[in-house]
Amino acid sequence: MARSIVQEFTKGLWAEVPPFRLVLGLCPTLAVTKSVENGIGMGVATTFVLVCSNVLVSSLRKVIPAKVRIACYIVIIATFVTVVELVMQAYTYPLFLKLGIFIPLIVVNCIVLGRSEAFASKNGIFRSLLDGLGMGIGFTLALSALAAVRELLGTGDLTIWEKPIQVFGPSYQPFSFMVEAPGAFVALGLMLCLMNMVGKK
Amino acid sequence: MGDLIVLAISCILINNILLAQYLGNCPFLGTSKKMETAIGMAMAVVFVLVLAGVITWITDHYFLKKLNLEYLRTVAFILVIASLVQFVEMFLKKSIPALYAGLGIFLPLITTNCAVMGVCLINVNEEYNFLEALVASFGYAVGFGLALILFAGVRERILLARVPRPLQDTSIALVTAGILSLTFFAFKGMV
Repeated sequence: MARSIVQEFTKGLWAEVPPFRLVLGLCPTLAVTKSVENGIGMGVATTFVLVCSNVLVSSLRKVIPAKVRIACYIVIIATFVTVVELVMQAYTYPLFLKLGIFIPLIVVNCIVLGRSEAFASKNGIFRSLLDGLGMGIGFTLALSALAAVRELLGTGDLTIWEKPIQVFGPSYQPFSFMVEAPGAFVALGLMLCLMNMVGKK
Repeated sequence: MGDLIVLAISCILINNILLAQYLGNCPFLGTSKKMETAIGMAMAVVFVLVLAGVITWITDHYFLKKLNLEYLRTVAFILVIASLVQFVEMFLKKSIPALYAGLGIFLPLITTNCAVMGVCLINVNEEYNFLEALVASFGYAVGFGLALILFAGVRERILLARVPRPLQDTSIALVTAGILSLTFFAFKGMV
């Protein structure tokens, strides 16, 4: 079943949106969604790595020997992650500090390796680029949505870029459970449930 | 000595790698459906994580820092872990086939387990000395095993429960993990 080029891009946005439908890449999804700003930052960094590694893997797919392909993919991904790390350190240092260990950990994010193995190694450059972009944007939207729920309930604010915006006003009693670790699991679980309910109808 | 014990306890319970640091969640959900696979995964992680923690610490301390190549840490660590996993797999296959049969399918998965890479990075970021890095790696690995096996036990019970359809499978597993994480949260005041 051949997909059209548009479908290649849009499947990442809803039908196969990474952390919800494929249940891959959960660690950054849970860890960085304390504020919307972190979610967007992580999403954009991952999108960059996804697109670049997909394009490179796809263009080298005839050169890489099948036996050592995973090792080759990992080196390619690690290179782009290092690029992101250095760029963020130079230009968005406060965000770099907040995301901390999770930036180098994009290397072991199963989404990136999964797309290289399952898609880019079998498809042309342009399709791989669209696939990476779609998956990346889907991942970013998913992170932002989860982060918005957690931050709104947990602190009553929304932080889109550097300054928090008070949404519920000063009299709101923060439900701090949501920004801690247990809240992350429960919020993601309930969000999956919501997606299942919407998807069924 | 006392410090090391405190460090071990904090790594196992208070900063539990799965439930407090959010690392290694893909295998946490993926291999916890059955008790047997959970135990296999837990043992494989303990084995590889301790080795990886020690070897990456040595790599960082004696090569990267000496040569001022800290910016290559990500690339170097993932290569060390990937080749270590491959090596352990070959070694076990040849010399201890019984253990290999038990761990077999879980070993390749460990390369992309962010718990392993995460602990190696934490060891370096916290500037632990060799002994501390060893204890921390072991503590985190035991914490991973403990949480995974506990969670597998709970999930086996959930199979018997009547869960509303939209909540089934991953969704209810995540909510359960949240409650488990809440219990581990109570250790926060210990040290």
